[in-house]
Amino acid sequence: MLRYLRLIGQETLEWLATLGRAGTVWFWAMFGLPVRGDFALLMKQIYQIGVLSLVIIVLSAFSIGAVLALQGYTQLARIGAEGSVGLGVALVLLRELGPVVTGLLFAGRAGSAITAEIGLMKATDQLSGMEMMGVDPLRRIVAPRLWGGMISMPVLTLIFNMVAIWAAALVGVQWLGIDPGGFWSGMQDGVELWDDVGKGTIKSVAFAVIISWIAVFQGYDCLPTAEGIGNATTRTVVYSSVAVLALDFLLTLVMYGEFK
Amino acid sequence: MRMRTIEISVGAFLLAGILALVFLAVRVSGVSLSGSDGTYTLYARFDEVAGLRVRSKVSMAGVTIGRIAAIDVDSAYGEAIVTMEIEGKVDNLTTDAGAQVQTEGILGGRYISLSQGADEEVLGDGDTVVNTQGALVLENLIGEFVTRMGDSK
Repeated sequence: MLRYLRLIGQETLEWLATLGRAGTVWFWAMFGLPVRGDFALLMKQIYQIGVLSLVIIVLSAFSIGAVLALQGYTQLARIGAEGSVGLGVALVLLRELGPVVTGLLFAGRAGSAITAEIGLMKATDQLSGMEMMGVDPLRRIVAPRLWGGMISMPVLTLIFNMVAIWAAALVGVQWLGIDPGGFWSGMQDGVELWDDVGKGTIKSVAFAVIISWIAVFQGYDCLPTAEGIGNATTRTVVYSSVAVLALDFLLTLVMYGEFK
Repeated sequence: MRMRTIEISVGAFLLAGILALVFLAVRVSGVSLSGSDGTYTLYARFDEVAGLRVRSKVSMAGVTIGRIAAIDVDSAYGEAIVTMEIEGKVDNLTTDAGAQVQTEGILGGRYISLSQGADEEVLGDGDTVVNTQGALVLENLIGEFVTRMGDSK
């Protein structure tokens, strides 16, 4: 009995210590940035994290937009409301699916890569080497990845939303023959710039912070072995996905909830 | 990868993001670039506006000519005061113009339908539409119907 209690206590303390380390890493990396040479590093990370994720983002956005239009049409056409397909698709994408799916893809595509990269640097003693040379790895390695993620994610989300809505229009208007006037003007009547586009973008920034934080920290804190890197990469994807979904619920509750 | 190529592709990436934002703003949320300064305000008092919402449309003969900016209650008279933003180009609404709360489709949202009057004088900024008819509440209608059925027996 006492043994289990002790185990629970140990686990809690271990968890608290991890959180403490993660918090310190995040804080030092986020606010230690602005130095001359760092701009090029940040540029390289936006390229790695953002530009190279474009292909998967665009492809997923296209199929999700097309599927939403198809499903929306088959359901709404039964009650003669196929004019609302555009509005429904746009709201679902801007408010929820855009930021969340981009976040999940981002965790899988960019988060795992960040963890593996930093983990390998640690395993091959590059991080300790830097410290030895007086270069702060938090600033040189961690900070550009955090900032790069935070800049890339909203841009990716905006592109995701645009492509998905365009795909929905392609399927709905060009193929299924929804009246284009009703499709677009219904959308414009119901979508608000701040309430839908703006708040969706804020969500994506919040997801970016949490994903890049988890990814960077898992790499920084992993066991410097082949197995350790593998486990850390898995943890990054699992933790980020769960965190994105949970955070999405909380943000939706705070932003759109009218339940007091 | 050369630094130059990276810079160019990052620039293109950010540009694509900005273009996406413009697309979402203009095409999807319908923000017009011409600005919304060409509107004026009209008020209308209704005895019932159940289902009417801020940002609902104000239309004339089915054409949208404005939006509802605010809905307040005048508790002294038990009436609702609706503030409407009407497009500047519709500047000849007469003082006896009518305002009616109507329903779009069977389940659709409520909106205000304005009908032109025949008076000489024209409504200006800040004036009140007097000739109004409030929303029909289905429950009240059914209730009235049921009581009359009961009376006629």
